[in-house]
Order: sequence, then C-alpha cells, then structure tokens
Amino acid sequence: MQNYFYHHLLSFAIWLPVLAGVVVLASANEKKPNATRWLALLGGLLSFLVTIPLYTQFNFADGGLQFQEGFSWIPAFNINYHLGADGLAVPLILLTSFTTLIVIIAAWEVIQKRVAQYMACFLIMSGLMIGVFSALDAILYYVFWEAMLIPMFLVIGIWGGPNRVYATVKFFLYTLLGSLLMLVAFIYLYLNTGSFEIADFYRFPMPLQVQILVFLAFFVAFAVKIPMWPVHTWLPDAHVEAPTGGSVVLAAIALKLGGYSFLRFAMPIAPDAAHHLTPYMISLSLIAIVYIALVALVQKDMKKLIAYSSISHMGFVTLGFFLFNNIGLEGAIVQMLSHGFISAAMFLCVGVLYDRVHSRQIEAYGGVANTMPAFAAFAVFFAMANTGLPGTSGFVGEFMVILGAIQINFWYAFLAAFTLIFGAAYTLWMVKRVFYGEVANDQVAALSDLNKREFFILAVLALLVLALGVYPQAVTDMTNATVNELLTHFAQSKLPASLPAGL
Amino acid sequence: METIRYDLITALPELIVLCMAMVILLTDLFISPARRMVIYSMAQLTLLAAAYFSFSSHAPSVSTAFSGAFIDDAMADVLKLMMYLGTSFIFVYSRQYLQHRGMFRGEFYALVLFSLLGMMVMVSGQSMLTLYVGLELLSLSLYALVAMDRDNAKATEAAMKYFVLGALASGMLLYGMSMVYGMTGSLNLAEINMALMSGAKIHAVMILGLVFIVAGLAFKLGAVPFQMWVPDVYEGSPTAVTMLISSVPKLAAFAFVIRMLVQALPTLAVDWQQMLMIMAVLSILIGNITAIAQTNLKRMLAYSTISHIGFVLYGLMSATMNGFIFAMFYVVSYVLMTLAGFGIILLLSRPGFEADKLDDLKGLNQRSPWHAFLMLIVMFSMAGVPPTLGFYAKFSVLQAALAAGYIWLVVFAVLMAVIGAFYYLRVIKLMYFDDPLDTHSISAPMDARIVLGFNALALLVIGLMPEKLMELCIYTITSSLS
Repeated sequence: MQNYFYHHLLSFAIWLPVLAGVVVLASANEKKPNATRWLALLGGLLSFLVTIPLYTQFNFADGGLQFQEGFSWIPAFNINYHLGADGLAVPLILLTSFTTLIVIIAAWEVIQKRVAQYMACFLIMSGLMIGVFSALDAILYYVFWEAMLIPMFLVIGIWGGPNRVYATVKFFLYTLLGSLLMLVAFIYLYLNTGSFEIADFYRFPMPLQVQILVFLAFFVAFAVKIPMWPVHTWLPDAHVEAPTGGSVVLAAIALKLGGYSFLRFAMPIAPDAAHHLTPYMISLSLIAIVYIALVALVQKDMKKLIAYSSISHMGFVTLGFFLFNNIGLEGAIVQMLSHGFISAAMFLCVGVLYDRVHSRQIEAYGGVANTMPAFAAFAVFFAMANTGLPGTSGFVGEFMVILGAIQINFWYAFLAAFTLIFGAAYTLWMVKRVFYGEVANDQVAALSDLNKREFFILAVLALLVLALGVYPQAVTDMTNATVNELLTHFAQSKLPASLPAGL
Repeated sequence: METIRYDLITALPELIVLCMAMVILLTDLFISPARRMVIYSMAQLTLLAAAYFSFSSHAPSVSTAFSGAFIDDAMADVLKLMMYLGTSFIFVYSRQYLQHRGMFRGEFYALVLFSLLGMMVMVSGQSMLTLYVGLELLSLSLYALVAMDRDNAKATEAAMKYFVLGALASGMLLYGMSMVYGMTGSLNLAEINMALMSGAKIHAVMILGLVFIVAGLAFKLGAVPFQMWVPDVYEGSPTAVTMLISSVPKLAAFAFVIRMLVQALPTLAVDWQQMLMIMAVLSILIGNITAIAQTNLKRMLAYSTISHIGFVLYGLMSATMNGFIFAMFYVVSYVLMTLAGFGIILLLSRPGFEADKLDDLKGLNQRSPWHAFLMLIVMFSMAGVPPTLGFYAKFSVLQAALAAGYIWLVVFAVLMAVIGAFYYLRVIKLMYFDDPLDTHSISAPMDARIVLGFNALALLVIGLMPEKLMELCIYTITSSLS
C-alpha cells in the first residue's frame, strides 16, 4: 500500500483534491455551511500533505524527470497518461497545494453564498493545475490546461464583482484562443512524430521556418497566460472582478502555468526559433517591466494596481528565460515562486480591507494603520517584499535575473533594475495613501484589526517570504540540476542536417 | 422461396419496426386516453426488440438482400443500434411534454417509428432507389410530426417551409441520381463504382449529377448554403420534435453521405472534396457567428447544429479512412450532446410554458444545481472544452483535416471555435451568474431524470475514456469500407 502510494505520488496529488471537490459538492447542504467548510479544509489539508513527499523523496542531484508513472490512455491516438516532475515542477506543485489551502481558510466566513460550490471549484482547480505541472503527454497536459478554465470561469462569474461577466468571459476566450492554436501545433507535431510524448517532440528536428511557426503557436498560448504585454489586458479585469480567492489563485499559480509551459514546451521543442526570436521576447519582457510599472503607478484601484504589478514582475520571469544563462533562468524560477507568495499575500490584504469596507479604491482609505496596527505591519512588510527589499524573497529572484542580464547586455540590466524604483514608487505610494496619514473617514475609524484566522494566514505567508529571502537555497538546490538540464536542451540545435524532401 | 426468406430475415429489424408502427396506430383507436401508457410501452418495446435482432444478427461479414438493394454490414448495424438508443431517449424525455400538450397520442409514436424506419432503410441502402425511399419516408414523417400541434400557427408555418424546401431538395437529389444512373447504367452503388473505375473518361454530366446529389444531401444535413430551413423549423416545431429532427436523423444522413459519396463515387473524390470544403467552411462561419445573435435557445441550437455539421464535413472532406472514422465519431458525439441539451429544455418546460428562451435558463443553478451542472457539461462539450466528449470530437476531425494538409482551414476552424465558445458560455453565464426569473420547482418523472443524468454524464465519462467509442467507430468504418 505504502509502496503503491510512493509510486503514484503525482496521481495522488492530482486526484485527491479533485475527489475532495466532488465529495464537498455531493455532500453540500446549504443549511450547514460550517460542515462544508470543515470538509473542504480537510480535503485541502490532505491534498497538501500528499504533495510533501514530492519534496522529501526528491533526488536533488537528478535534473531529469522523477516520480514518473503512466499507462496507455487512448491508444487510437497514442495518447498516454504519463506523469513526471522535475526540479522546475515540484516547487510549483507544492505552491499550488499550499495556496489552495490558504484560499480555503481565507474564504471561511467571507463566502456566504454557495459555499460548497466555491470550495469545490478551488479544490478541483488545484488538482487540475497540478496536472498541468506534471503531465508529460501533450494531450494530457492540454486537457488539464483547458479543464482548469472551467472552475476559474465559474469562480469569477459567480462570486465576482459587479462587472464579473465581462471579466470572466474575456478571461475564458483569451485563454481559449491561445490554447487552441497550441493544440494545432500539438497535432502537427503528432502527425510528424506519431506520438504525443513531450520527449518525442524534443527529438523531432524541424527547419527554422517550421520551428518559428510552432514557437509562435505556443507563444500565443503562454504569453496570454503569463501574461506578456500586449496580451495582458484580461488580467486586470479578471483580478479586479474576481473574489479574493480567485485573485490569489490567478496571481499565485495560474500565471505560473504560462511560465512553466514556456520552459517545458516552447523553448525545448523549438530551440532554434527561441534563439532566433530572443530579441523580440526580451523587448516584450522589458516593455512589460517598464511600461506596465508606469501604468501601475496611476491606478486608483488597489487590486488593479497589484494586477499590473504582477504583469511587471512576470516580465522579470520571461526576461530571465530568454537570457539563456544559468543564473537568469534560476532567478526566473525563484521569482515565480516568490511572486506566488507575495502576490497572494497582497491580494489577501486587499481582501481583508474589502471585507470590512467593501471598496477597493485607494481614495476610500487613509490612516488605516491607526485602527489596524497589526494588519498594517503585515501589509507594509508585503509591500516591501513586492518592491524587492533584500532579505525578502522578492529581492532574490529579481537580483539574480538582473545579474544574469548584465552578463548579456548592460542595458537590459539597466532597464530592469531601473524599474525597481518604479516598483517601489507605486507600491509604497499606495501604502502611504492607504495606511498612513490621518484617519480618512468614519468607516476607517470603525475598522477592527485582524481576527485570528486572518492573522494566521498572513503570518504563514510572511514567514515563507522571509524564509525564501534568507535561505533561497531551499529552492535553488532543487532547481539547480534541472536548470542545467534545461539549458543543454535549449542549446541543442534541432535544425535537420539536410532539408527534408518537399521543403 | 429460400431467397425471400433470406431477404426477410436480413431486414427483420425493419420489418419489426414497420409492423409495430402500424399496430400502434391501430391500437390507439381502441384504447382509452387514460391508458396511453400502453402505447408508450409498446413503442419502447419495439425499439428493444429491433435492437435485439440487429445485435444478434450482427456479423463482421457483409450480407446483401433484395437483389443487392439492401445491405447489412457493420455500419448498418452499429448506426441502427445507436438510432434505437437515441429514439428511446427521445421517447423518455418527451413523454411528459407530450402529455401536457395533448400530443401524447398513438400518431406521435407511429410517426416517430416510421421516421426511424426511414433512417434504417437509409443506413442499409445499397441502391440509389433504396436510399431515396428511406430518405423520403424519413422526411414525410418529419413533416407530419412538425405539424402535429396543428393549432399552433408557428408550427404549421415551420412544417410548410420544411415541406416545400425539403421537396425541392429531394427533387434535386433525385435529378442528380438520374444523371448518375444515365451515365453508369446502374442503381446499385457497388456497380456504379465498378462502372466508374473501369477507366472510361468521366463525362461532365457525372459531375453535374454529383453537384445535385451533394446539394440535396447538404440540404438534409443542414449545411450552408442550404441551411435556411434549419432555424425556423427548430424554433417552430414542438420541442420534442425538434429534438428528434436535430439528433438521430444526422446519423442516417451521415450514412447516406458515406454510402453515396464514398462507396459509390470515390472516383469523383477530388470533386466532392472541394464542394464539401466550401460547405464546411461556410457552415462553421455562418453557424457560429449567427448563433451569437439569438435569444431563442432552440434557434441558437439550430445554428450550433449548422456549425457542428461543418466540423463533420471537415472530417469527410479529408477523404481518408481516418477522416471518415472521425466524422462518425463526431456525429455520434453530436447526437449524444444534442439529446442531452434538448432533454434539459424539455425537463424545464411545463404546461403552457416552453423553456425555449435563453432567459428561461436564468439562475438554474439556484433552482436546481444538478440540472445546471448537467447543462454545463453539455455546453462545454458543445464548445469542445476538455475533458468532455466534444473536445475529442473536434480534436479528431481537426487532426484528420491537418493530416490531409488543410492547415489554414484548421486554423480557421479553431478561430471559429473560439467564437462558438462565446455563445455556449453565455448559456452558462445565464444559469450560474444570474438570478432566476422563474421560481417554479422542476417537476419531471424519475425515469427522465435518470436517463438525462446518464446521458449528460456520459459526455464527461466518455470524454475521460474515449477509447471504447473510438474503437467502435474504427471497427465500423474499416469493416464497412474495406
């Protein structure tokens, strides 16, 4: 039994939360929301616990795919249920199951209508996202990737703000458009390799023109998800309208799906195209970093500001990818994790305020620190982490990416580093207007400080942000071997020795 | 004598359906309205008996009867079994609806069985005449069914429109067939194929005949530019009849296309491929874009059907074995989705109220989370979002088209699928994000609820494990076409 468990760790990590979601849904009783909450918490906790062995059993020296398992799923198309995770996927899987747990706790008394459906959506979504991170068969991956949209669509649409329908439909259609082109690329590769195994895709040589088309098909899918400028416009809408839990999952995990997929698909399958298009990719990343940071500066809505800040921070991630050096790539991965914690925490902070005052506008607040001192301490800490204060996790990733960039081109590093100032400006300015100064109005005066539940989740996140800032080796030890492996993949040209007939 | 007996045994399921349809028609005259359930049970038992004989007589080998005009092969058997299942679902879903509207009469069941008989003859047709007779029997029964609710002006208008346009299409089909007959000297599909294969130069009249045949078929399938009747008939007919028109006959139409184009006219593949391509692209374009503007759920599903037919044509136009297999997979998936979709509409309607406006679905999640969830599966399946069956259907036909080299047409189809997703999402939006306008509790008989749950969940379960259905399609097409 124990052996069975250890051989199917990833399957447990995927299907346990899905099963928990179904159970929560099936046993729903509108009159007893508390029973539903406890059940969901139990499901979330179990789902988190089964992902822990992925860390303890991980072989740090191995950069390849571990915990592999699989069987033939749809032989007619040669589609396999094939799972596996490497040093890139495991931290993201842990992040996913952890964030889901946080979201369940954060929703405790905040969500009052249709509790069971809310909890079930997040549990099922957690399983599906872990599936995305661990699928090694393109169609299996695609099924998880698309299926994950359904619960997110419902979360934003049912529990979202006034303009939720527009936001959620935009979110769904943007992502669907991108992913369908990716599906066409998958089918093209399948017709040429006879299999949907990602490993077979890696080995398939393609001339540069074909590689560029394949890369672009992937690019559209992943750039929308990350999101990169100029296809980022769905994100601020979705974030603003989503309930707190939805924003947290979107920022902490959903955006990472895009980043992860770049490294798993686009770059190793079409490495020559990736190198060929690097100038464009770096330009888009720098535009995201600089321009979006400026956009964030003028936002009046706190959630929108954090959404733009997310896009800007994800710009660092894509910049790190396309530097093609060790430190840049590793920095990008650390940045993804760190952003997962920090943005989740910041959206939770906004959620704390929104639950009390029901406004996300910066101007509705002022002097909150006077009435909510404990909360203000946390909020200021996370804001500092967001600006990249040394000692927090926000610093490590950005610093590594900038170090990587300076090895390639001074101006890349200059522009990226310069933006840290903008980052500090928009974050701290918001903190100043919301938390400091005189108490702005009666509503702020009537605020009560954090309750135990809120204190607990913010404290856990703060500890993690500090831990990752002080001891990033916990992550980099894991990713080291994988990063080397990925870089050798990217460096191998896949141009055919001679052009195949007919081209 | 031996031959006659052999002929009759080969067509036993058809004979059962025929006899039972007439028995039901007669029994209805002698039975009190309170005991109409007997009629209903007889109709269901007919399907069961026909299914038993189709299943037990199935052999992988091909047998022909009636001097080669009638064929019993894998495709005939498999498609017939699916038709029985679909028709049985229709009977279950529609019973309460018909009772509420005074249409729970023997005529309905007799007419549906006659239309089923027409479809069965179509899938077993091995001569142009058999195919045509089957098609006409189907069409005439459907015209009458649309007009069943004779005091309803809209239904009468729909029936009239359907009849006039349908007769025109039948005329075109017959005209095309006459040209093919004139050029090849045979009505038998295999002999037509032989005549064309013999290498004589293909005369322009053959191509002209092909154009008329394809046009007639396109009308019956509801492909653009012959789609005009579809939305009006869907909207005007009683929902139970709409469900019938939109579902099972597509299986027969698919068989008709395979028999006519692939078995009889494969030598003209280059020509019909182009025609199907144009219709496929236009169907997907017009079906999806026009569906966005609809406020009537039945009309929206009509346009959605048109776009689904476009996807089926993507599989057929590849003119490869895989293309036909995947087209069949798509048609079967489509029938399952449509039955579940209309099943929910029927379940929500009650005396004096048709749940056929999009707004009638508002807040369904608050009224009945279970039915909202089933409709959610149906809608995502129609939109082709995994892990539902609709995804594999789209995935496989697109793969066939890509393998045949139509890369840009596939990209086009994919973009249209995104537009299509929009109006399916709107249905979900109404069910989940809006508050209900109507707070009547949903009353439906237990059997309808169970069958509906089974039907809609099948979309999810087969979506997770599509292998068996795919194997069935592979078996059917390869053993019938090799």
